[in-house]
Amino acid sequence: MRNAIDLAFQKGRVEKKPLLISYTVCGDPNKKKSLEILKSISEYVNIVEWGFAHNCPTADGPDIQNSSYRAIKNGVNLKDTFKLVKDYKKYKNSKPLILMGYYQMIFHYGEKRFVKKCKEVGVDGLIVVDLPWPNNKDIAKLCKKNSICFIQLVAPTTTKKRMKMIIKDSHQILYQISMISTTGKKLKVSSKEIIKNNKIIKRINPKKNVVVGFGINKKNISSLKKCDGLVVGSAICKEISTSLKNRQNPVKKLNKMVKELKRKMS
Amino acid sequence: MKIRKGIPLIDQHDKNGFYGGKFGGNFIAETAIKPIQDLSKLFEKLRKDKKFLKLKDYYFKNYLKGETPLFKLENLTDHLGGAQIWCKDVSAIHGDAHKAYHATVNALICKAAGKKYIVGDTGAGMFGKNLAMAARELKLKCKIFMGTKDIKRQAPNVKFMREAGAEIIPVSSGSATLVDAVSECMRYYVSNCDTTHLAVGSAIGANVFLKICAYSTAQISRELKKQLLEEFGEIPKMKLVNVIGGGSSAAGFWSEFIHYPKKHIELIGVEAKYCAPLTTNAKLAILHGAAQYCLTDKNGQIKETHSISAGLDYPGVSPLHCFLKDTGRARYCSASDEQALAAFKLVTQLEPSVKPSLEPSHCLHEVIRLAPKLNEDEIIIYNNCGHAYKDRKIIQEKIGYYPT
Repeated sequence: MRNAIDLAFQKGRVEKKPLLISYTVCGDPNKKKSLEILKSISEYVNIVEWGFAHNCPTADGPDIQNSSYRAIKNGVNLKDTFKLVKDYKKYKNSKPLILMGYYQMIFHYGEKRFVKKCKEVGVDGLIVVDLPWPNNKDIAKLCKKNSICFIQLVAPTTTKKRMKMIIKDSHQILYQISMISTTGKKLKVSSKEIIKNNKIIKRINPKKNVVVGFGINKKNISSLKKCDGLVVGSAICKEISTSLKNRQNPVKKLNKMVKELKRKMS
Repeated sequence: MKIRKGIPLIDQHDKNGFYGGKFGGNFIAETAIKPIQDLSKLFEKLRKDKKFLKLKDYYFKNYLKGETPLFKLENLTDHLGGAQIWCKDVSAIHGDAHKAYHATVNALICKAAGKKYIVGDTGAGMFGKNLAMAARELKLKCKIFMGTKDIKRQAPNVKFMREAGAEIIPVSSGSATLVDAVSECMRYYVSNCDTTHLAVGSAIGANVFLKICAYSTAQISRELKKQLLEEFGEIPKMKLVNVIGGGSSAAGFWSEFIHYPKKHIELIGVEAKYCAPLTTNAKLAILHGAAQYCLTDKNGQIKETHSISAGLDYPGVSPLHCFLKDTGRARYCSASDEQALAAFKLVTQLEPSVKPSLEPSHCLHEVIRLAPKLNEDEIIIYNNCGHAYKDRKIIQEKIGYYPT
């Protein structure tokens, strides 16, 4: 299976640079602006992650919750999300796109229908927060059939035995959760510790691209450059909240912020 | 879908934690997998461990003050002129509600796991209060997550929790009720699962949590069985009526009786009218780690609910009840706020010794509706699972007085 995500990592390896992956919520602060934000930050990021909002998120910190609640308040549903993905994918500078969310939304939409629609609109990858291995085997297979990368998560609590099995069933990317936490909390482990865990995963299968997320921000991002990719989510969502509060244009603010993140990674 | 013979209700699941192949499961973040697996192993070990069982019985007997009474409501029976109405008065327990059982068991498990911190969610405050008390008793540090709307309407319990030394974490997201408190509590657990034991307040959540809960409340039906044999010399033909919020009290009230034929023992669950996933044929949804019937909107988002009763103000329901419904073993109906209040008024006028909280008042509506249609030799037993003191203000407002 080769898709745009592979190519992005290939390029990263050649350039010896980690990929910057952004996370924002589709429909935050509204449909139009969320698409504008995505287009604008595509100037600097290598892959974009887009959340489809759910109102009972059990693994998100307050920043992503706020973004999700704003999106839901704006009436964004999966139909809108797919349409917006399609629009984004038409944009000339678009990057590989990963959808991320909770299983209830997929379950309600219908698993097969969901994956089919993903393929139709050009989704490149999928993360389902609360559908851990091995419960995700069916949907992962379905994704593979449709050339969509299903991304397995690995946490600091994951045992080595389980890790091996997860990696065996994984596609090109693994998502390493940096610490025992919901998204966006202050990093409570050292970068050294994260890199150590990262190496454990890499040693099991060096061919897999391992991206690190949870608690990554402009302060710590430069210390994690050795990883294949870094996901910044809550820090970006928080910036949207702040710019809304200060009546600033979130598109401009985010472009500036992501540029800064990119600079710190090189 | 069938109930497998000879297997307790909580153990009717498959290896993935699904009841009837579709309810329950473990829809949780990867971070929590290992801690939850560890907890599962520990729980399965403890429930076979003689020393632990002895300890549990010791606490049930001495700390929770032992058996709760079963008695006939003579005046109500006479007034309605039909079936005999009996009350299993679980509110007589130390802690004033069935939540005392799983709060205590959770605190004991937390201790056995070598953890110092325990967290839990609460709606009506009954679980929060009991968890705070159990934590104090066992010298654990306790945090209770509670919606800000519920903190206001269940103030007496909030006071109890604070006095017992628990920290109350107000939750203002979403509808600021139980559903949000559970979400926030689960998020806290994901962030602290290495040091903290999660006590889920009802028979909901990932498999092990609902099992611990229903395992603990099953004490109610074990007692009832014994009391019935003493009173009648046999297990009589009867109807067991219980209110359903998350479904923890009903699961406990019924668990010993699920293998009896329906004609012998009928199980009737009563939901609050606007939080009634079982009565309204709600869709299957994933909420708080488990697949269950749940109120959702057309986009798949979890619906906000409205009930006068904070303990019932929840859009989902225990996978155990979804299973009992689809196997046809139990039947479910609902009662409105007004019907529950009317039932409370009638019962407390006729039976001054009983003070059902707004939660069991819902099932009393069904009891009052059913009894006159039945013969005098028929028996209805309802679970008086909580005491009304916490609802004093609401009751005063709604019916003009609080019975003394």
